[in-house]
Amino acid sequence: MSFVLVQVIVGGLLLGAVYALFSSGLTLVWGMMNIVNFAHGDFVMLGMYVAYVVYTLMGGGPLLGAPLATLVLATVGVVVYFALIRDIMKGPMLAQILGTFGLALLLRYSVFWWFGANFLSMPQNIVGGTYAFAGLRIEASRLLAGVVALLVTLGLHLLLTRTSLGSKMLAVAEDQTAAQLMGIRPDTMQAIAWGIAAGATGLAGALIANFFYIVPTVGETLGIVAFVTVSLGGFGSVPGALVAGLLIGVIESLSGYLIGAIYKDIVVYVLFLLFLWFRPQGLMGKM
Amino acid sequence: MRRLIWLSVVLAAAIAYPLLLSSPFQQRLGALVLLYAIAASAWNIVGGYAGQVSVGHVVFFGCGAYAAMGSYSKFGLSPLFGIPGGIVIAVGLAAIIGVPTLRLSGHYFSMATIAVAETMRLIVTNTDWLGAAVGLSGPTVPRNIFDLSFLSSLPYYYLFLVILAITLFITWWMTNSRMGFYLRAIKDSERAARSLGAPASRTKLYAYMLSAAFTSVAGALYAMMFGFVDPESGFGILISVKILIMAALGGAGLLFGPLVGAAILVPLEEISNNWLGGKGAGLTFVLYGAIIVLIARFQPGGLLALFTRPRKPTSETGATHAP
Repeated sequence: MSFVLVQVIVGGLLLGAVYALFSSGLTLVWGMMNIVNFAHGDFVMLGMYVAYVVYTLMGGGPLLGAPLATLVLATVGVVVYFALIRDIMKGPMLAQILGTFGLALLLRYSVFWWFGANFLSMPQNIVGGTYAFAGLRIEASRLLAGVVALLVTLGLHLLLTRTSLGSKMLAVAEDQTAAQLMGIRPDTMQAIAWGIAAGATGLAGALIANFFYIVPTVGETLGIVAFVTVSLGGFGSVPGALVAGLLIGVIESLSGYLIGAIYKDIVVYVLFLLFLWFRPQGLMGKM
Repeated sequence: MRRLIWLSVVLAAAIAYPLLLSSPFQQRLGALVLLYAIAASAWNIVGGYAGQVSVGHVVFFGCGAYAAMGSYSKFGLSPLFGIPGGIVIAVGLAAIIGVPTLRLSGHYFSMATIAVAETMRLIVTNTDWLGAAVGLSGPTVPRNIFDLSFLSSLPYYYLFLVILAITLFITWWMTNSRMGFYLRAIKDSERAARSLGAPASRTKLYAYMLSAAFTSVAGALYAMMFGFVDPESGFGILISVKILIMAALGGAGLLFGPLVGAAILVPLEEISNNWLGGKGAGLTFVLYGAIIVLIARFQPGGLLALFTRPRKPTSETGATHAP
């Protein structure tokens, strides 16, 4: 294998870890409440803009931008839950899809209106240069994003499986009434889930803002990526999202390198449709 | 009987509108309302009656628009000849999307429709034969009447009115046929409908294909009126959004819901564009987003459902649904 190919795969894995991070937010909410957040990609977009504002207005780097974006988006998530999700969850499917889809538009075009449609970007070396590592050249910003995303995704998995908070959330996902009888408040747990899910998107957004193009419509593409990841990994499964996210990152990078950059999104979308045709339960899921 | 009277009043008003309010702006506005009402009514067949929320409906719109413009700019034929071609492509595409996804929960279907629309937009943008980012144009100077290229909006207005009437008639006829009963049953409870032998997936697929055909016609008409189509106006997600929000605002699953939605939102957008100029584009969609959220939160049935509420009986017998 040529060095370039290895380089492309490593780049794909690092980006894929970030995909896994924000997709695990989507999979958490979907698995727990059976509601799909069509604004999920736009949450990531908001995270990117928070990081950008922190950099331009306060001169802060990713060390300040990332925690702040996490915090801001987690708040947004909780507010969205109480203001919108809690009510539309009980409504018909049309209301559920329209509600989060409308939210996506609202966020996307508010940012569009405020910041304009121009591509913004952070300075290339904000995190610090490029590392040469056994012949591979890796940008520090991508390395940071990939490693942090991987660790946080694993942490999220541990939170859900090893802590009492995680058990309570699973209990609510399993059977709301039974959980309520055990003294767990479904409302609180679901609000926490939305906070965690949106916080993950905020962190992911702030991490990729260091090397990605920042534009209001980026959320549409990222939203589809998250959906593809979740349907590949099986919904409700964080490890599934991790594997699928890494896989999609690599596939995207490889097809961008081998076929051409404009086709990398097409490849991912077509892959998604093929999966729906042949294996709708995902790689690991059971129907 | 009362419905018949109402219907004739509305029809008479629609026929008289461009003659009474005859400024070019008003006629154009009227034509646009009808055009979007066609597209939204087509969406309503699958989104409203079948309860499958397609958020990438623009893909069929684009098929029709490109087929119409393509038949002129590639083969030198009247754009009219593109309409059947556009319908065939749209229906075929609907089958490709629908067969796998309509078996799954509605979310998969919605997301798949977005993915397909985005894929088509990217492919068309990168295909030189289809004019890439520039798109295709129609006849600049009409060669004969079949080019359907008019300066005034008046001929378009009446053409759109006829097509809208056909769309609504077929929708109405569908809701009263066996398929309509199946659809209502599936929408209420798919599991119950299946257990009683209603072919759920197939019925939803037929509704989707029918909807795709009409959306394709709407796209062709749009391209003829504007004389060109490019990837954004043919396959852009914002067209999907407009179609969806008009149907949902007026009332998804109600025959005249989409028309009411279009009659409210099209003038709103034209006026806000006239006021704010190019800067208004972003703001219009902020407003659209807010409207969609509010509908979903407070009035998922749409505005018309406010007036038809008494018709929703607590004991569902099915017999009360006769229109």
